[in-house]
Amino acid sequence: MERTIIKSENFNAYFGNNHVVKNVNIEIERNKVIAVMGPSGCGKTTYLRCINRLHELIEGARCDGKMLLNGQDVYSMHPIFTRLKIGMVFQRPNPFPNLSIYDNVIAGYVLNGIKMSKSDKNDIVEKSLTSAALWKEVKDSLHKKGTFLSGGQQQRLCIARAIAMEPEVLLLDEPTSALDPISTSSIEELLKELKNNFTLIIVTHNMQQAARVSDKTAFFYMGELVEYDDTKKMFTNPDDIRTQNYITGRFS
Amino acid sequence: MQAHIKFRVAKSKAAEIILIVLAFFVTAPLLFIIYYIFQKGIKVISWNFLTQLPKPVGEVGGGIVNALVGTGLIVLYASIMAIPIGILCGIYLSEHKSSKLAYFSRLCVDVLQGVPSIVIGIVVYFWIVKPLHTFSAISGSVALAIMMLPIIIKSTEETLKLLPASLKEAAIALAIPYHRVITKVLLPCGISGILSGIILSVARIAGETAPLLFTAFGNPYLNTSMLKPMQSLPLLIFNYATSPYDEWHDLAWGAALILLFTVLLLNIITKLTTRKWNVQL
Repeated sequence: MERTIIKSENFNAYFGNNHVVKNVNIEIERNKVIAVMGPSGCGKTTYLRCINRLHELIEGARCDGKMLLNGQDVYSMHPIFTRLKIGMVFQRPNPFPNLSIYDNVIAGYVLNGIKMSKSDKNDIVEKSLTSAALWKEVKDSLHKKGTFLSGGQQQRLCIARAIAMEPEVLLLDEPTSALDPISTSSIEELLKELKNNFTLIIVTHNMQQAARVSDKTAFFYMGELVEYDDTKKMFTNPDDIRTQNYITGRFS
Repeated sequence: MQAHIKFRVAKSKAAEIILIVLAFFVTAPLLFIIYYIFQKGIKVISWNFLTQLPKPVGEVGGGIVNALVGTGLIVLYASIMAIPIGILCGIYLSEHKSSKLAYFSRLCVDVLQGVPSIVIGIVVYFWIVKPLHTFSAISGSVALAIMMLPIIIKSTEETLKLLPASLKEAAIALAIPYHRVITKVLLPCGISGILSGIILSVARIAGETAPLLFTAFGNPYLNTSMLKPMQSLPLLIFNYATSPYDEWHDLAWGAALILLFTVLLLNIITKLTTRKWNVQL
C-alpha cells in the first residue's frame, strides 16, 4: 500500500471573503500521529474540517485546490463516502444524549440504518470500547445514557464511536482542551495505541502535547503551512524562524 | 443593630411581602374561575350528562355527548392537518436561519399568530363552507389547524435551535445522511419541546369558539360525519349560555367545567412530558 494517505495540493479555504487556509501543500503518511499546531485563528481547525468536508456546511464557506485520500480527490466523492473513511473527534465531547453508551458506540451503523445481528453489535461495541480504553469502566453500565459519564470518559466514548466505523483516518480537533490533566494523559496514551490501526491528525494548542504524542508536526501561521517535519526536528531545530519563535514562546 | 441597618432589613422584608402578594394575585383569578365553574357546574355532571344527547327545552336531564364527540373529532382532524406541516416548517426554519424564504415564513408565522380567530373563521367560511354549500366539521378543523400552526412551528423551531451545533456535526461526521440526522438525532433530542408545543396548541384551540361559529356551526344531534355540521363544547356553551332557559344555563356550566378540566389536564400533561421526555444535553 502507498505510504501517503492524505495529500493536499494548493489547498485554500475561505469564509466569505476571509481567506483562512492559504495554499497548503502537505503529504501525510499512514499510521502516524500528526500534530497540527499554531496560534488561535491560524486556520488549523478549518484545515482539519476541510479533510472530512465539514467546512462546507457553514454558510459562506468554500474551498479549492486538491485534497487527496489514497490518491482520490475527496471533493469529487460523495461526502458521506469521505466521512466513512475519515472519522472525527471534536473539541467538546458530544455523545448523542438520547442514546445509551452501547448505542452511541454503534451510532454510525444504527443511525445509518445498517442492520446487524445482536452478536455483531456486541462484538463491535466491545472491540471499540476496548480500543478506546473505556471497556473496563463502562462494561456494567452499557445501557445507561452516554451523558452520565465524566468528560474524559465521554471523549473516549466519542473516540470509540468514531473508530467503530473503522475509518482510515481519525481527525481530532483539540480533543483534550475541555478535559482535566488525568483524562488528558489517558487520551494521549490511547492515541499512541491507536496509530497502529489508524492515521491520526490532531489539532492542538498545547505544544507539550504535540511533542509527546506526535511523530510529525505541522505548524500553521496566519493560514499558511509554515513548516512540516518530524516532531523531534520541529522542536529542536526548526528551519523556519517563525516556527522557532512560536516554540520558544516569542509570540502566540 | 444600628438604625439604618434596621431600616434596610425592613425594606427588604417589605419587598418580599409585596412579591408574595403579587404572585398570589396572578394565581387568584385562575383559582376563582375554577372555584366558580366547579360550584356551578358540578351539580349537572353525571354519567347521563356525558353519554346522552341534549333534550328539548322543558324536559329534565339531557347531556352533551354530541359536543364531546364533536370537539374530539374536530380537534383530531385539526391536529392531523397541523402537526406534520407545523413540525416540517419548524425544522425548515431552524435549519435555514437566514435564507430569504425563512425570513418571509417567519414573518408570516408571527403575523398569523396575531390574526384574530374570528377572521380565520370568516376566511375558512369563504374557502370551504361557501363552495361546499354546507357548514361542516372539516371546515372547523381547517380553521383550528390554522390557529395551531404558529404555535407548533414556533415551539419546534425554538426547541431545535437550542440544540448544540456539535450534536449535528457529530452525526454528520459519522457519515449519516442529512434526513437521518434530522429524524434520528435532532427530532429525538428535541422531542420534549416539540411534544409540549403540540399539546399546548391543542389546549389553546380546544376552547376556541369564534372560528367554529360559521364553520362547524353546531348540531343538536350526534354526528360523526366530517362533512356535516357538528357540535362542539365551546359552541354548545355559547348557545346554551345565551339561551333564556335555566336548565340550559346549567348544562352550559357543566360543559364549561368539562372544557376547563380538559384544558387543565392538557397543561399538566405538557409539564409531565417536558419532564419525562427531556433529553439531558
